[in-house]
Amino acid sequence: MSGPQRTRTAIPALETAGAWLLALVWILPIAYGLWAAIHPSAYSAHFGLNAPLTVENFVKAWNAAPFARYFLNTFLLVTMILVVQLVLCTLAAFAFARLSFVGREIAFILVLLQLMIMPDVLIVANYRTMTALGIVDTIPAIGLPYMASAFGIFLLRQTFKSVPRELDEAARVEGASPLTVLLKVYVPLAKPVYIAYGLVSVSYHWNNFLWPLIVTNSVSTRPLTVGLQIFASSDQGIDWSVISAATLMTSAPLLIAFLLFQRQFVQSFMRAGIR
Amino acid sequence: MRHVLKRLVTMAGAVAITLGAVNSAATAADIELSFYYPVAVGGPITKIIDGYATAFEAENPGIKINAVYAGTYQDTLVKALTAFKSGAPPDIAVLLSTDMYTLIDEDAIMPFDDVLKNDSDKRWAKSFFPAFMENSQTGSKTGEQKTWGIPFQRSTVVMFWNKDAFKAAGLDPDKAPATWDELVADGGKLTARDTAGAVGQWAIEIPSTGFPYWLFQGLTTANAVRLMNAAGTETYFDNPAVIQALQFWVDLSRKYKIQPEGTIEWGTTPKDFFERKTAIIWTSTGNLTNVRNNAGFAFGVAMLPAHQGRGSATGGGNFYLFKKMTAERRDAALKFVKWMTSPERAADWGIATGYVAVRPDAWDTPAMKKYVAEFPAAAVARDQLDHAVAELSTHDNQRVTKALNDGIQAALTGTKTPEQAMKDAQVEAVRILRAYQ
Amino acid sequence: MRGSKTTLRTPRLFTHIYGWLMLLPAAVLLVAFTHYPATATFIDSFFSTPRGRRGAAFVGLDNYQAMVEDPVFWRALENNFVYAASVIPLTIALSLLMALAINGRIAGRSFLRLSFFTPTVLPMIAVANIWLFFYSPGYGLLDQALGLFGFSSTNWLGNQHTALACLIAVAVWKDAGFFMIFYLAALQQLSPQLAEAAAIEGAGRWYFFRRITFPLLMPTTLFVLVNAIINSFRLIDHIVVMTQGGPDNTTALLLFYIYEVGFKFWDTAYAATLTVVLLLLLAALALGQFLFFDRRIHYQ
Repeated sequence: MSGPQRTRTAIPALETAGAWLLALVWILPIAYGLWAAIHPSAYSAHFGLNAPLTVENFVKAWNAAPFARYFLNTFLLVTMILVVQLVLCTLAAFAFARLSFVGREIAFILVLLQLMIMPDVLIVANYRTMTALGIVDTIPAIGLPYMASAFGIFLLRQTFKSVPRELDEAARVEGASPLTVLLKVYVPLAKPVYIAYGLVSVSYHWNNFLWPLIVTNSVSTRPLTVGLQIFASSDQGIDWSVISAATLMTSAPLLIAFLLFQRQFVQSFMRAGIR
Repeated sequence: MRHVLKRLVTMAGAVAITLGAVNSAATAADIELSFYYPVAVGGPITKIIDGYATAFEAENPGIKINAVYAGTYQDTLVKALTAFKSGAPPDIAVLLSTDMYTLIDEDAIMPFDDVLKNDSDKRWAKSFFPAFMENSQTGSKTGEQKTWGIPFQRSTVVMFWNKDAFKAAGLDPDKAPATWDELVADGGKLTARDTAGAVGQWAIEIPSTGFPYWLFQGLTTANAVRLMNAAGTETYFDNPAVIQALQFWVDLSRKYKIQPEGTIEWGTTPKDFFERKTAIIWTSTGNLTNVRNNAGFAFGVAMLPAHQGRGSATGGGNFYLFKKMTAERRDAALKFVKWMTSPERAADWGIATGYVAVRPDAWDTPAMKKYVAEFPAAAVARDQLDHAVAELSTHDNQRVTKALNDGIQAALTGTKTPEQAMKDAQVEAVRILRAYQ
Repeated sequence: MRGSKTTLRTPRLFTHIYGWLMLLPAAVLLVAFTHYPATATFIDSFFSTPRGRRGAAFVGLDNYQAMVEDPVFWRALENNFVYAASVIPLTIALSLLMALAINGRIAGRSFLRLSFFTPTVLPMIAVANIWLFFYSPGYGLLDQALGLFGFSSTNWLGNQHTALACLIAVAVWKDAGFFMIFYLAALQQLSPQLAEAAAIEGAGRWYFFRRITFPLLMPTTLFVLVNAIINSFRLIDHIVVMTQGGPDNTTALLLFYIYEVGFKFWDTAYAATLTVVLLLLLAALALGQFLFFDRRIHYQ
């Protein structure tokens, strides 16, 4: 599945300089966050080599809010969403790709509708549904609207369609049921897509804010983003040092994962054919 | 479909729900009261509240307090109202004093008058600073005054000034401007410009994001005018004295040029002060501890400057009792609220958080006397209470408030004249409040 | 070419049932949290908001009437158009430039890729607080940097002329790196022979890009476009943190206003009315894209 041999075009010096300038601007907020987090708050707006280092901001942030609990909540949330998404989207995508049943076309269009009309804009009605179900302020309530993902279904359907029919046929001759064929033939072949989709899903829900803000209101359900915002918006104004420390702390898992796997990340996107 | 959903939720959420379950160790004979509270200031607030609950339980066997930290004020209101609508409201909650009309309109709370039994109870209900009670009481349609909230974590707007900056400007570092005129005069000296005319230090910042109306009340009250009636059904935004107060705020930037132009971010105002970008800030008393810890210079705390008179608005949260409680639970709830607002507790809470202790006798406790002796600035907020008024609160409060906030910001950014801005805000407020006449 | 149909060996009814059973779990959730709420929103917009003991009453077009007369709604709508019209092209152009740079032979490629992509991984809610520092007048990073060139301090977020632009910059910064990945993936699959052939024929780089690369990237551009449009109506986290829609609603976007009306004013009926407008907008855009897409990407 590797692409054709690549020869990279050389980028002229002026454009290289431009790219570097842009990159420096792009990294600046993170660089600043790092600076503020590891220096006392008196240095959060003054930059110099003689500024003393400290870990106190991290200690303060960690003690000021139940971040351990928020981490657990976020972890449960993204895991729950991803697992359900993968199962539901795989089943639906396979049905759309390989089974012909009545109403398939119209059902597919109804699914695609969610690509534009995302749960994020239906907050008012979905909040009422959650109230009616009696599950406001629970972790499943944060995840439910996102679990059937049109993007996931669409992506996997495209992938399944590209699986050669012959493989499918061969398995069926041996008497395998559609479900077995799906698990034995299709799912293994779609691995890069699963990885790419998983990465997008995890980072999306790790960072999602508005709906969790609305639907949670206690420590035991709140994800990191909401916890962070509550922590940052006290009546006392902004302490950038502590906020930066909290920011780095809360995004550390994703950031580190990305630093370690950035090459694989891009490659899985390439192989997934999301383009 | 709901069933399928419910089952799905149950399955998927089993882990989360188990983790989120409240452990109820109370025996059957105990009364267990749920108490929602917000945290709006820094520090280990949840630990302090848990400590109070434990101490109360020790002194009052048979009553358990299940204290639930619900997030910001907004979160706590949402949580309480959602729980109320689903039939399982909290028994007690601390919510903004300005939420009173919202809670009444939702038919969610009951007046304390219904639970006050004997004279001692009634005396207790009268033991708070009158300024704090303004947002805690309102007349019903029959004209009878009722008490819906009991002050707990209350604050007010005060002025912080940088004594070093005053000294550098040739002013008396121990004397804050006491009137608008003095503010303008001192302000001219405090504003430091470089040769090119760029300002290195402004004289004053009155923040105007988040809740500009609250700061604005420091100007309107000083100009001897109120923004709304006690029933929360009328506003007076287009009163000439209100317009005049807004004109003064705008003039600080545009005419006297001693305050930055445009709106000023609430959240960065303390930092601006620490960075010596401004010599004076107006902010909540809740910032006392923050400023004390972070200002790298000598600072003072003063009442807001006077014009026609002195004045500021109170703010912060009250205790509310939710409906749907049995008589037995109501008595227990009252007992808890009384305990939490006893002079000793009020003093302790004020010292720990920076809130203004809510009753005069709290200031006579040994702990508070010691604190004030060490840190006299803490008493400024109390002294200002004599001149304080209720924070803007009406029916459909958030919306009316937004109308005023938008007007204030429009005037400060120069899109409207103060007069036009306040007239528009009043028209909008009248439209919103029509349903409550 | 679809000769060997699965249906030849399995009974027809069985396939129908199997297909629907596999679709069912996703369909249930989609209906419950997309189609039902969209419909309910539409219906709610014709009723009043229930409060206390008063239930919801049918009010016809009252909510729409109120909306048309509501200056904040018009402001939010206008802001959202300006915002989308700036964020979308800027983000796409920058992400393409980033991808082209990284796809080429360039010094420090991994650093560039890292710095372009990192904003994507961070929660908007967190970085918005950092951006707040950048925009702080006086000691904020932007003013400090501009101060070096002799500019005086600017109240970036407190001024009606600059506030929205500041938020646009944050949105572009946040998303460009994400879209870059898609372009990068697409670029790396373009045949290198094309470039070689063009080089032999002496075509300039700009000509090659304009005539070969860009057209070949069209499907990616469309995919990115869809996402950029969606994000410009969906993402309001930075507004919650940085401006709360102020000053005087100059940075209020439609969804932010819906959030305010629905969850601060508790006027659910009016929030539903506003949501209908947003849904219609998105539907119109979806339809436009569908027609546009249809000619290029084959769904079957």
